[in-house]
Amino acid sequence: MARNPSLTRRQFIQGAGGLVVGFSLADAAVLPRLLASGSPGATAGVPSPDQLDSWLRIEPSGSVSVFTDKVDVGMGVETAFAQIIAEELDLTTTRVHVVMGDTSETPDQGGTGGSTAISLGARPLRNAAATARYLLLQMASHRLGAPVADLQVTDGVVHLASHPSGGVSYGDLVGSKELNAVLKVTGHGFSVNVASLAKPKDPKDYTIVGRPVPRVDLPPKLFGQFPFTCDVRVPGMLHGRVIRPPAVGATVEKVNEDSVRWIPGYVKTVSRGGFVGVVAQTEWAAIRAARALKVSWSGPAPVFPAQNDLYNYMSSAAPKSSRVITSEGDVSAALSRAAKTVDAVYRWPFQSHATMGSGCAVADVHPDGVTTVWTGIQKPHELRKGIAGWLRVPPDRVRVIWVEDAGSYGRPGYADVAADAVLLSQAVGRPVRVQWTRADMTAWGTKGPAYLCEFSGALDSGGTVTALNCVSRVFSGSEISAFANSAGNLLAAQLTGVPNTTGHDEYAGYGDQSVSYNFENVHSVSHVVAAFHPLASPLRTTHLRDPEGPAVSFSVESFIDELAAAAGADPIEFRVKHNTHPRVRAVLAAAAELAKWDHRPSPQKTSGDLAVGRGVALCTRHGTYVATIAEVEVDRRSGAIRVRRFVCAHDCGLIINPDGLRGVILANLVQSLSRAVKEEVIFDRHTVTSDDWHSYPVVRSTEVPGQIDIVLLDHPEIPSGGAGEPSTRPTAAAIANAVFDATGVRLREVPMTPARVKAALAAARA
Amino acid sequence: MSRISLHVNGKTQVVDVDPDCPLLYVLRDDLTLNNPRFGCGLGQCGACTVIVDNHPVHSCKFAVGRAEGKQIVTLEGMGTPEQPHPLQTAFIEEQSFQCGYCLNGWVMAAKALLDENSDPSDEEICAAFSHLICRCGSHMRIFAAVRRAAGMMKERA
Repeated sequence: MARNPSLTRRQFIQGAGGLVVGFSLADAAVLPRLLASGSPGATAGVPSPDQLDSWLRIEPSGSVSVFTDKVDVGMGVETAFAQIIAEELDLTTTRVHVVMGDTSETPDQGGTGGSTAISLGARPLRNAAATARYLLLQMASHRLGAPVADLQVTDGVVHLASHPSGGVSYGDLVGSKELNAVLKVTGHGFSVNVASLAKPKDPKDYTIVGRPVPRVDLPPKLFGQFPFTCDVRVPGMLHGRVIRPPAVGATVEKVNEDSVRWIPGYVKTVSRGGFVGVVAQTEWAAIRAARALKVSWSGPAPVFPAQNDLYNYMSSAAPKSSRVITSEGDVSAALSRAAKTVDAVYRWPFQSHATMGSGCAVADVHPDGVTTVWTGIQKPHELRKGIAGWLRVPPDRVRVIWVEDAGSYGRPGYADVAADAVLLSQAVGRPVRVQWTRADMTAWGTKGPAYLCEFSGALDSGGTVTALNCVSRVFSGSEISAFANSAGNLLAAQLTGVPNTTGHDEYAGYGDQSVSYNFENVHSVSHVVAAFHPLASPLRTTHLRDPEGPAVSFSVESFIDELAAAAGADPIEFRVKHNTHPRVRAVLAAAAELAKWDHRPSPQKTSGDLAVGRGVALCTRHGTYVATIAEVEVDRRSGAIRVRRFVCAHDCGLIINPDGLRGVILANLVQSLSRAVKEEVIFDRHTVTSDDWHSYPVVRSTEVPGQIDIVLLDHPEIPSGGAGEPSTRPTAAAIANAVFDATGVRLREVPMTPARVKAALAAARA
Repeated sequence: MSRISLHVNGKTQVVDVDPDCPLLYVLRDDLTLNNPRFGCGLGQCGACTVIVDNHPVHSCKFAVGRAEGKQIVTLEGMGTPEQPHPLQTAFIEEQSFQCGYCLNGWVMAAKALLDENSDPSDEEICAAFSHLICRCGSHMRIFAAVRRAAGMMKERA
């Protein structure tokens, strides 16, 4: 296999015919994507961001390839990028091929996350495209003997504006050469950008951006021609499975390899510290070996509190660190002279990414350290650094190739399954594919942190909030950094004793992951609670879609509702009164209009077995504004909450693809409903016991809303703010507020399960 | 190991496998039919769904030995870009999925549903899919696509 680090990127792509993925290369729809995956085993340096050709290339056919570290985790970013590039270059979107997330092919943009793929990640692509257009027009001007001002572009053909039929195509202008322009680079990571040699188009002239272009990935997915991470197969590949400790901190005392040697196709057992894995010729042999392997584990003392003691533990444990998020005025004084005060405590549990695919990766580690990893991780360049550090090789020995996996929602276990594959491949000297079990993902994958928040609020006699005090306690959402760029970030490394050196304390509370209101006196402090166990814990916490946003907003937007009720005010009018931001007011007004919001204070407390109510909640997040209204019915007999309808008003500035955006919002509302009413990681004193779809249930088809209506507020004049996460944020509070409206009973703990609803209704009657 | 003859997507293929091995791994690894995908291995999510003698089954729990002599249909056997199954057309027109990892199960279950009931009510659609998971939450557009496909199939009939 070719291992020539001096290969240029163009040669990589042209020379990739030997690539073996379990798909036919003859299929044109899949071809660009597979070619982009390059040749296995080969490594090269990272494309330099100051080279135009690192970002964009005109192919001899006249089509355009763009190279980005931002990957599509199922939300249509690939299509949106194609629109942005096609817009700048005056091409049809089908002639733009987007190459994503290959550390030897795509410049380092810090990976994907924070809903920044469009807001930040598209900027250098847009500027590169505008530069390319400028250079192409210069070349065409020379070729056609006409000034640039007289030229026009129609689908990649430059012609005299007066002669639409003649002209010269981009492909003919460039031939097989590169554009060879040097660009000025600013920023790094998420914010890396390049200066354009020409001004990009004015959004008011857009004809492709802002249109509902169909997703490019859906036809190959529907016709069964789309390779996911789990479909990668490389020559000589073996199959691995891992065996996790029965308790946090347990290490291997003895492995009896004789218990599995009889299995046809069995190759090897690898045991180091608390890491155990098996390798076999086939998946079935690996599964049988993982099931049959006899391992004796040490019996460490329990490290977790009892589940029902979690929030007591959080409130009584000495904080690891604390931060004042915001502080204005004198909250104590305002509380003491209030006409009315309100106090409430809210709880949000550990939640799991529980990705639909349970985690899969292929790694090929050679004795000289040259390593290739195929993975669905959102941040390939970061994992490259992490793997290189772990293997103690220079990063240019390691190539990480992203292949789309199931929606990842942050940093799920994908980095960890890649590390498992690396460890096993290194041990057997062959490429190894590791497929995690459902338990590996749900029980042993990373988690979104539990959160506990106490509020006090003061109202004056006119129903105006005069003070808000917020004290939160939260496990750090970055105990495991979402940037998997160190060895100690990875579960397999932690299981072998490598310390986690890159985690940091991430705070959460009012004013950070929530709307800020115009309150005169406000104090918000966040305490980070130390992890129960510093190493290889199945309750290690990291970014889960909209890190801490749904939890904090559940508490803040519920409490605002409690204040509104105490003031006897309509929940929307109360928010408008305390928030003058025009875009906040605009989403509230749009949602209210579409929902035909009935302006009155809550609760209305309907009688009968089915109580009906409506609730609202807000989100502001990095330039995006969302108002969600939930209309619910509460079955007083079963305690079940059913969402009859969501109405969501969404303003993320410039919209690239309104249909794609609607699809994202629809899905986010359903997923965040799931997190609000179903999802809670269950654990005992030794380990996480949520290990399948029964012990970690998510919404199913019979539980989704009856109807969802969305109104998009488009602002082409305002840069895109990002839409991947904001619409997940208000949902839980909107539901809780609607339940209060329906029943007069306030739910302050997620998930709002039927048992909790019934208990709350019973407590209110008592 | 035994030689087992499988009828998949209209073709007969012979594989040499342990008859207890779940059909999923044989389809994927021996026949390179990648669309039945591993989601849980427990029959709880449906990502591995294939149709065996007109019934949707979880191929992760279905021993390959039991599939011998039966007609197996996978997503690869549904239709092509040139001759799409109405469900494929409808799912594309409705832009139904986010990541689409679960897509195989929904399409195969929808095929089984519409083959049996050409005009399902909304309640019947919801109920027919209650054994499936879509973690992204794409349900609203999935249901819309199934309704659209049912309409297309009725027009054709």
